Amino acid sequence: MLCLMEIAKNAVVAIEGWFDPSPSNPALLGTQCTECSTFYFPREELFCKNPRCSSTSFDQVRLSSRGTIWSFTDAQYQPPPPYVSGDPFEPFALVAVELEREKMVVMGQAAHGYQVDDLSVGMAVELVVETLYEDENNSYLIWRWKPDGASKTSKQAP
Amino acid sequence: MGRVEPVAVLGIGMHPWGKWGKNFVEYGLVAANAALKDAGLTWSDIEFISGADTIRNGYPGFIAGATFAQALGWNGTRVSSCYAACASGAQALANARAQILAGLCDVALVIGADTTPKGFFAPVGGDRKDDPDWLRFHLMGATNPAYFALYARRRMALYGDTHADFAMVKVKNSRHGLANEFARYRKEVSVEEVLASPVVADPLRLLEICATSDGAAALVVTSLDFARKHSGLSGAVKVAGISTVTPSFPNTVIEMPNFSTDSAVTHEISGPTFRDSIAWAAYEEAGIGPQDVDLAEVYDLSSALELDWYENIGLCKPGEGARLIRDGDTQIGGKIPVNPSGGLSCFGEAIPAQALAQVCEMVTQLRGNATGRQVDGAKVAVSANQGLFGHGSSVVVTK
Ligand SMILES: [Zn+2]
Repeated sequence: MLCLMEIAKNAVVAIEGWFDPSPSNPALLGTQCTECSTFYFPREELFCKNPRCSSTSFDQVRLSSRGTIWSFTDAQYQPPPPYVSGDPFEPFALVAVELEREKMVVMGQAAHGYQVDDLSVGMAVELVVETLYEDENNSYLIWRWKPDGASKTSKQAP
Repeated sequence: MGRVEPVAVLGIGMHPWGKWGKNFVEYGLVAANAALKDAGLTWSDIEFISGADTIRNGYPGFIAGATFAQALGWNGTRVSSCYAACASGAQALANARAQILAGLCDVALVIGADTTPKGFFAPVGGDRKDDPDWLRFHLMGATNPAYFALYARRRMALYGDTHADFAMVKVKNSRHGLANEFARYRKEVSVEEVLASPVVADPLRLLEICATSDGAAALVVTSLDFARKHSGLSGAVKVAGISTVTPSFPNTVIEMPNFSTDSAVTHEISGPTFRDSIAWAAYEEAGIGPQDVDLAEVYDLSSALELDWYENIGLCKPGEGARLIRDGDTQIGGKIPVNPSGGLSCFGEAIPAQALAQVCEMVTQLRGNATGRQVDGAKVAVSANQGLFGHGSSVVVTK
């Protein structure tokens, strides 16, 4: 029975339509107003939120997959449901990333293994796709931000 | 907007903050009856009851105004109930003021009360993939402290604020709250104790993040005419300005519970942030500015956030907040005391009651009744807070 659990799970996105999980070219999927060019993530498709624009027409766009850290933090305590925590809970870092072209800040977890000591405001990061959580059948994918070319904090004792 | 006519605060009342585990209606009744007694009025004198809702106590919480009206005894009084997250209390007060200034009533009772669960605030239950508040927990594990921590880290990077600066805010507030009978935490802490408490969301530590509490606060507000006739008082404390502003597009600071800011491709980002705009709307109604303020009650959801508020409400320039706490300017006896009540740091957050509790403290201070924590000669006070999903809240009270 145990060996059944080893079988590779079905990889599915944790939320439909928010990002392209392709390993070679992942991207957040947003929209852009066809009249005023304002970007949206998550996607806006009903009515432009720019008060000077009343467009109802939007193109789907792939957001920049590189940006710089606006700020960062971590979760040292297990967040409550509906967050699905591993057992035991493993602290993770969160980053808010400035995208230059879109002139917006987008949040996400930091890539697995990166802690706050690996991060700084202004640091370049790139989008990656990793597993957020798993159940019996599926592993659920999510976007994360990984420092560009930085190395992870050594977990070894000094 | 321009100046707005004031209303009088004839009565204030609170139920002590804590984790009492009772029904929120019980707390609300205690606060309401205390406010009525303080005003020298009875429930039958009230012409309008304005409830601030709680969303964690079932249907009675969603229609709090009616729940309290029924608890006090149905008597046909006009009612409203409103929810604006942390700003609910100010919004309930604004509704009461509007009725008074429109001439629809002379005497109103405003109540907010809450019973809260333990631990982190979690989203309302169910599988709700179209609710950003649900999704931010599910997809990112982004709790409320995580957002406060982003602001704190940003201060450290931009302005050079230190862990010790943040800890000093907690230390100050813990001293202020010692003499406040309504505060839940009345214990002085040192910088060392704060820095020794466990990190919750880097750089914020357990003692720097506000807890959730049960509590209730109530106000009796009236027209100035009624106040004069009723008590012959010309000295009643007045509500001179209330801000209930929403953000202006593009909102370029990441806010709970969002995944992103607005995109600013169509605008030059130079104007004030949303938090910057909140108190100014209340100042404008009152015809005053930050230089006129004798004390402030601000929403210290975290120690570091209190420093942001110093700048947002104009007590100093951007980046100078830490200097105020280092120089002792914001402690009682300093140039501009902030959170003489002890703030959320000593209370913990009872959402619909908190903005009203801020007003209760300001009125107590302006009456000169804040025993053990009195700001000498206080004549003008301002409160500020911000509710989830774009709810500004600020109240100016004057003598
Ligand atoms: Zn547009």
